[in-house]
Amino acid sequence: MNIKNKIKITVNGKQMQVIPKFSLKSLITKLEMPLNKIAIELNKIIIDKKKISKIQLKKGDKIEIVHFIGGG
Amino acid sequence: MIDKKFKIANKKFKSRLIVGTGKYKSFNECAKAIKSSGAEIVTVAVRRVNISNKNKARLMDYIDPKKITYLPNTAGCFTAEDAIRTLRLAREIGGWKLVKLEVLGDKKNLFPEMIETLRSTELLTKEGFQVMVYCNDDPLMAKRLESAGAVAIMPLAAPIGSGLGIQNKVNIKIIRKQTKLPLIIDAGLGQASDASIAMELGCDGVLINTAIAKAKNPIQMAEAMKLAVISGRKSFLSGRISPNLLGSASTTNKGII
Repeated sequence: MNIKNKIKITVNGKQMQVIPKFSLKSLITKLEMPLNKIAIELNKIIIDKKKISKIQLKKGDKIEIVHFIGGG
Repeated sequence: MIDKKFKIANKKFKSRLIVGTGKYKSFNECAKAIKSSGAEIVTVAVRRVNISNKNKARLMDYIDPKKITYLPNTAGCFTAEDAIRTLRLAREIGGWKLVKLEVLGDKKNLFPEMIETLRSTELLTKEGFQVMVYCNDDPLMAKRLESAGAVAIMPLAAPIGSGLGIQNKVNIKIIRKQTKLPLIIDAGLGQASDASIAMELGCDGVLINTAIAKAKNPIQMAEAMKLAVISGRKSFLSGRISPNLLGSASTTNKGII
């Protein structure tokens, strides 16, 4: 795939490039994130983790992937 | 006297000590301190995962949420919207409904922003969350939080992480008298005796992070806090003597030579 065809997205504040029609599930798999330990937000909307294979990423999408860390 | 169980939102706990999981040198040290504290509830925070280091250790790998109740917090939130967003995400990770609300108003003293805290409590309760609320030690605000649906009132002893101990015992006593909700001292304790004092004032529990995590020996301090909470609770239930200005001899004068 020509790099020109790739779309730019932002994941946790960092720019990434993925091929068009790349699914949110593919992104999570690519990043090797354990689904049972994270939550995902797409353009400030919380995504049901069961539905991520049906979501195709679009140019300019902003994704936040969060987990639990130590806190008081 | 047999103590009644520590109950939050109809869930019973044996330990009255809740501990935070922040500021430890490692997850391993944190897990050991939790074990040593006997705590059944731990606070946790929601943050971005590090996408460039996939192999970085995760809290959930060290502290099993099936064995220890996770209490997601809203640390770092300054508005109701931030807090709600954070807790919705926490719920999405694994279904957490019992949460610790903490909406701050000042980056230096870390005092709670009570107007936003009250608003968040109302909104979160409507959304089905069970909200344990970090708050100032104001009895009037505590009453408002109760009306807004809070499941626990958690006034500060002193600023977060300050280790100063309970600064206003009178207010804590007044809040104790007026509420049947679990009253938990959250923030500002420094040593084991501070935890005992909180329990002797009639609090249902204490929440401690920095005083354990930043102690020279966190694992031993965790145990000290556990014992202090048990000791303070027993002292409270036993009914202390009235304080007197003058002495009262422990030994009778009868038969004195």
